[in-house]
Amino acid sequence: MQTRREMLSRSAQVAGMLAALGLLPNMAQAQATPYNTAAFEAKTMADLMKALGAGAPVESKDVTITGPDIAENGAVVPVGASTALPGVKRLLLMVEKNPAMLSAIFDISDAVEANIATRVKMGQSSNVFAVAMMSDGKVLYAAKEIKVTLGGCGG
Amino acid sequence: MADPMRIRAQAADGKATVRVLMAHEMETGQRKDAAGAVIPAWYIQEVTAQLNGKTVLTAQWGPSVAKNPFLQFNVKGAKAGDKIGISWVDNKGDKRSDEAVVT
Repeated sequence: MQTRREMLSRSAQVAGMLAALGLLPNMAQAQATPYNTAAFEAKTMADLMKALGAGAPVESKDVTITGPDIAENGAVVPVGASTALPGVKRLLLMVEKNPAMLSAIFDISDAVEANIATRVKMGQSSNVFAVAMMSDGKVLYAAKEIKVTLGGCGG
Repeated sequence: MADPMRIRAQAADGKATVRVLMAHEMETGQRKDAAGAVIPAWYIQEVTAQLNGKTVLTAQWGPSVAKNPFLQFNVKGAKAGDKIGISWVDNKGDKRSDEAVVT
């Protein structure tokens, strides 16, 4: 027999699901790319590119990585990735010396500029990469060294 | 479920700059608590941004995105009065959606 509490929580869940469906297409099925666990667990650039189905990245002046030269707090490092090139499919942010290199993947549509800013955790001073995956298959990147005075994983 | 996101969207020059601040612990799964037990990973995995109901940006995040994640991006062609919707799903299946109007 369902308690009233269970019934309430069940209807809240259903309402939440309906609201989510109303706002966006059902992510698990309609979205072209399910969550790429292999990419987020990759520990080397080669593994990561393989998990993303991408070729070897080429350094490019047309991709920009922004961030501080020295981050006082490794738990919150503001970084940005951008490119002025047309035809960008994805922008990636990676921290070389983190336990898992990949921090974020952004799927860029025609309606947004290829210019993203967010904040990442860095365990130690490291190179940070902005990678642009283009619609023609090219993979371009830019790197910046960010020094961290206090590591960001609580260790 | 969690605290509401703060979304600010300002239109200028035919595009809108959207800034979002989400409330989430973003645990990496690497930390240990006082007793020495590992605090399990708990982080936003997928983020979707919509302009007037149409998806314009999706993102997949790993645990290394900072706590209380910040996100900034520019939507082309957005003008004052348009609706920006941001949704996220975390690795436990929790979800959150919030909307704001472009000013």
